[in-house]
Amino acid sequence: MSSANASSAKIFKPRFNPAKPAFGVLVFLLYLFLLAPLLIVFVVSFASNQYLSFPPEGLTLKWYEMLPQESTFMEGMKVSLIVAVIVTLIVLVLGVPAALALDRFEFRAKAAVQSFFLSPLLIPSIVLALGMVLLFGPLELNNTYAGIIIGHVAITIPFVIRTTLMSLATTDTSCEAAARILGADSWTVFRRVTLPIIQPGVIAGGVIAFIVSFDEAVISLFVAESGLPTLPVQVLRYVENSADAAVAALSVILILISLAVVVVVERVMGLRKALR
Amino acid sequence: MTVLEAPAAPERPSAQDEGQLERATERRNRRTYLALLLPGLLGLLVSFVFPLAYMVRMSFNQGAPDGVIVETFTLDTYIQPLTDPYYWRVTLDTFQMGVTVGILCVIVSYPVALFLARSTSKWRGLLVAIAIAPLLTSAVVRTYGWMVILGTNGLINSSLGGLGLIDTPLKLTNNMTGVTIGLVEIFMPYAILAMISGFGRLSPQLEEAAGSLGASKFKVFTRVTLPLCLPGLLTAFLLVFVLSISTFITPRLLGGGSVQVLATEIYDQTTGLLNWPFAAALSVILLVLFGLIIAVYQRLTKKIGG
Repeated sequence: MSSANASSAKIFKPRFNPAKPAFGVLVFLLYLFLLAPLLIVFVVSFASNQYLSFPPEGLTLKWYEMLPQESTFMEGMKVSLIVAVIVTLIVLVLGVPAALALDRFEFRAKAAVQSFFLSPLLIPSIVLALGMVLLFGPLELNNTYAGIIIGHVAITIPFVIRTTLMSLATTDTSCEAAARILGADSWTVFRRVTLPIIQPGVIAGGVIAFIVSFDEAVISLFVAESGLPTLPVQVLRYVENSADAAVAALSVILILISLAVVVVVERVMGLRKALR
Repeated sequence: MTVLEAPAAPERPSAQDEGQLERATERRNRRTYLALLLPGLLGLLVSFVFPLAYMVRMSFNQGAPDGVIVETFTLDTYIQPLTDPYYWRVTLDTFQMGVTVGILCVIVSYPVALFLARSTSKWRGLLVAIAIAPLLTSAVVRTYGWMVILGTNGLINSSLGGLGLIDTPLKLTNNMTGVTIGLVEIFMPYAILAMISGFGRLSPQLEEAAGSLGASKFKVFTRVTLPLCLPGLLTAFLLVFVLSISTFITPRLLGGGSVQVLATEIYDQTTGLLNWPFAAALSVILLVLFGLIIAVYQRLTKKIGG
């Protein structure tokens, strides 16, 4: 592909094409639009204006210094971290074996089972959230860790299944076969051969599950708004009620966490592959 | 990004080895795959199937305004939204928002996707990653960013006011304008991702061929490039449309209570009015709309072979 491009570029070398820089500028502006809300949050978080306004009057770190004293944020952070870590562990334990079964075994209704595992992504989260708050009522799971965690498991399993499947699909099975011939039992084959091979998919799935759970707002809002608000729910409330920039500093921290996840996923398997 | 691409051709085990292996594994197959699938299936049953099933059942109950739920089997909850003009209005607004956001999102995403699909730069991987990375940032945070940009004292109004171009701030939040702008940006990464995957048949050779045969730049674009991109644009539109009609956070925050769409209505019925059967019925209606469009979407993507 690239060699073909290079050779054709040689043949059709354009002299100067005014459309090209114009197109480049357009793409640059669109990138700016795409990143605008994230960039603006950075600017506001360092601005010393007491209330949200422009232009920034000066530089300050006071919003960041305020964060540890905002007990709602710290509480929310704690809840979200606990939930996200447990959700990640659970969906890895549930999802990786399921992906293994879907890739390495032949059985009836395999396509249907695979679609089923990916289907939570096709259901609007508001609908899922309502179903959960209704079902969890009589079960007394609303406003509990268990309730939020169960809710988040549904929407994170598809990511783990998908990234693990992708890693499984690109590996060949001869190493596993060799290990088995040499007498390794199934568990040893999995732990010593398969797992290291599919590690990128498992890591990508795990960190995506973590960030999806950590940033999830709708299910958490329905299931646990009053009793156990997660960080996104606290941010939502704060944004609705006040105009200062403390939440901008918090947002920057959330963006940086997302950025770390993006870098990990890009490194281990490629963001585009993982999110397709 | 290249770590896993193009694995070396595996060395095939001999046919005899393979036959033996197959027989040996087949015996354990059934038990093994069931054991591997079961935890995941149970997990989804509890966290996904049960809530949805319970919600569908709830939609046939009767709700009273004070939160009392009468266990019964009635279609009342469906008749009300289907006969009350207010809910027709909300449903139409939701649809209109979905169409507007879908079209605008396709328009602003297309140049970026086209650029990325054609690019041979060594930065292409990074640029693709930057374009879709916002997918993994919180919707609450990105919506907050738009509130800062569009608000009464926000970036746009302060800049325009400072330049003396406007006297009174433009009303860009707490209305559909703000919600639309926010949603277009929030769904751009999805649209770009769908387009890049859908532009498979686009090749620079075709464009060059048309160009060398005498077609003008404009003609090459309208007669060659655009038609080849059309399937990708269409799937991107449908994807953004379904995402828009069910989204909650952005209409809630940027709409500030004055934008009513199906999702905000479901929330209000659930937490404010405690009319759970009614909220459930609205959700089922949303789900049916959603299912219809997803079916169209999947049929289309299959046709394109994407």
